[in-house]
Amino acid sequence: MPLTATRGFAMIHTVFVSSHVQAQGPLIERLPDGRLLIEAGGRRVAGHPPARPGPQTSGWKGIIAAALLGLSALGGGASQLRADTLLNVSYDPTREFYREYNGWFARWWQAQGNPAATIQTSHGGSGAQARAVIDGLAAQVVTLALASDIDQIAARTDLIPEDWQSRLPHNSSPYTSTIVFLVREGNPKGITDWDDLIAEGVQVITPNPKTSGGARWNYLAAWGYADRNGLDPKDFVGALYRNVPVLDTGARGSTTTFAQRGLGDVLLAWENEAYLALAELGDDQFDIVVPSISVLAEPPVALVEGRLTDANRPLATAYLEQLYSPEAQAMALRHYYRAWDISAAAAEDVARFPELERLPIADFGGWARVQPEHFGDGGIFDQIYQGQ
Amino acid sequence: MTHIPHNRWRPATTEPALVRWALIVLCLAMLAILLVAPLMVVFDEALRRGWAFALASLSEPDAQAAIRLTLLVAALTVPLNAVFGIAAAWAVTKFDWRGKAWVITLIDLPFSISPVVAGLLFVLMFGANSALGAWLVAQGFPIVFAVPGIVLATLFITFPFVARELIPVMLEQGRAEEEAALTLGASGWRTFLTVTLPNIRWALLYGVLLCNARAMGEFGAVAVVSGKIRGQTTTMPLMIEMFYNEYLSVAAFTMAGVLALLAFVTLTLKTALEWRYADQLAASHRH
Repeated sequence: MPLTATRGFAMIHTVFVSSHVQAQGPLIERLPDGRLLIEAGGRRVAGHPPARPGPQTSGWKGIIAAALLGLSALGGGASQLRADTLLNVSYDPTREFYREYNGWFARWWQAQGNPAATIQTSHGGSGAQARAVIDGLAAQVVTLALASDIDQIAARTDLIPEDWQSRLPHNSSPYTSTIVFLVREGNPKGITDWDDLIAEGVQVITPNPKTSGGARWNYLAAWGYADRNGLDPKDFVGALYRNVPVLDTGARGSTTTFAQRGLGDVLLAWENEAYLALAELGDDQFDIVVPSISVLAEPPVALVEGRLTDANRPLATAYLEQLYSPEAQAMALRHYYRAWDISAAAAEDVARFPELERLPIADFGGWARVQPEHFGDGGIFDQIYQGQ
Repeated sequence: MTHIPHNRWRPATTEPALVRWALIVLCLAMLAILLVAPLMVVFDEALRRGWAFALASLSEPDAQAAIRLTLLVAALTVPLNAVFGIAAAWAVTKFDWRGKAWVITLIDLPFSISPVVAGLLFVLMFGANSALGAWLVAQGFPIVFAVPGIVLATLFITFPFVARELIPVMLEQGRAEEEAALTLGASGWRTFLTVTLPNIRWALLYGVLLCNARAMGEFGAVAVVSGKIRGQTTTMPLMIEMFYNEYLSVAAFTMAGVLALLAFVTLTLKTALEWRYADQLAASHRH
């Protein structure tokens, strides 16, 4: 078993050394007998992970419980109360990754001696998905495109604590990505960097930053480029959006507009989305252009604490923790995300990514400042877009 | 008296042959371009990789769940709206009361409201941010982002179909037959079953078929209240969009083909019934 601890970050695990003695620390190894070897206080301690409660019903009680469950499932009602069901509300481009991860995780979960779990997913524009969770979409786990969308849920409801982002490693981002350009085969418009996008006659496809997380990263990457190159960022981004013929609500909608409906000369895309388009639609149709500078996009994940019960908390917690496991990290790399742990990944999945300067959100002042200033009602994006 | 050459003679109510042919060709061309060609494209895309592949895409659990959900929604909304529609049409046409004109306008409301607004209306009413919604969620019976919300939104959107078909027919037929039945001592219920219902059955059938087609095909309002949970709150039209966005064109167009076939079934049913009962249909002046 590869060591997660040596990859520069560590998951904290709790083990029971005996029925009363607990220890906590980063995981070193999973022993074949089911115990975990962890490092606690400079010592190596082996112990059993906390037991995960499963439904323990039998006889008439079991039948009645099953009948009630069946009834509530028929009514579409209380299925989120079932311990073995988890709803992950995610954003557009993660469909393929989470489809694979859900299958792997469900097998892993059962192999740990738990009852079979059903993982459900919902995908859409990141902002729209956050809105749905605020309006009552019964997610136990959110995996969105940017921290500010989860901040919105935390601010408008009491479902997620304010300090959610510090609860998992790497700002709660198990994988990162960046923004690149997808152009038509042979790059007929000769697009190499951000300043080529404001040229007359170039049509740029990007989604609406109001509803799409990816679109906000696109906007910020352009802003960062202008800032670094001594241009007026507001004028530069304004000129760029004058070249945008249509604003889709989500990243996947924009990819479809560009790739399948054939609109536009260049698509500002998540790196993973661009590679997926190449893989799905043929690399003889499109080329990827890596600009001189882009953003360090950290799509974060969080537990929706307000929707967790004692019964489903272990499942939801494990679901997020296992995203950092070498297997899941390798999966993320295979789905064109820049993950952290490459110990189990195929070499070509790692070698694929070109080096480029990636600006972190902190360079823009953090989401707490960027979100209202740029994308809030009457913010800079509104001024730019309505001024056209 | 001038002589009219025999070959130039035609009845005053008919057009020259050239005009007739031009109109027929125009009509057929429009049908071919706007209806037949797109449908052909749907089936062509679905069968691009053969029947086996297309059918395999339908056997995926998510696809089956979507088909089941769509049929369930139609099975719930169509009978309910048939009953509501008859009740509304009956109240409007057989009785005189204040505010009748307003009620007729209200029945039309779902036609004139954008489906997105209809969907948002339910999110606002039953969402977690309303007192009622929060209480329902706490009881473990959420309305929006669950099946009940989808059924409600579809009920709202398809509400006018039956009533709008029935009201003109019932107005045209007047109240004389019902009044005769009542003077002969029939009860209200008996009058409805033996006098009114036979008179309106074709309009009712037509309304039900339209209602069914829309209930299965509704996208906008359902998309807003669905939450898009795969295999749980995803109807066929939503599933088609998802498959398409996931680069699964065959699955998307196969599902679209199935939806189109369901519409064909309802149309064929209607046509078959019309042939079978052509004489009765002519008697009740209704197609």
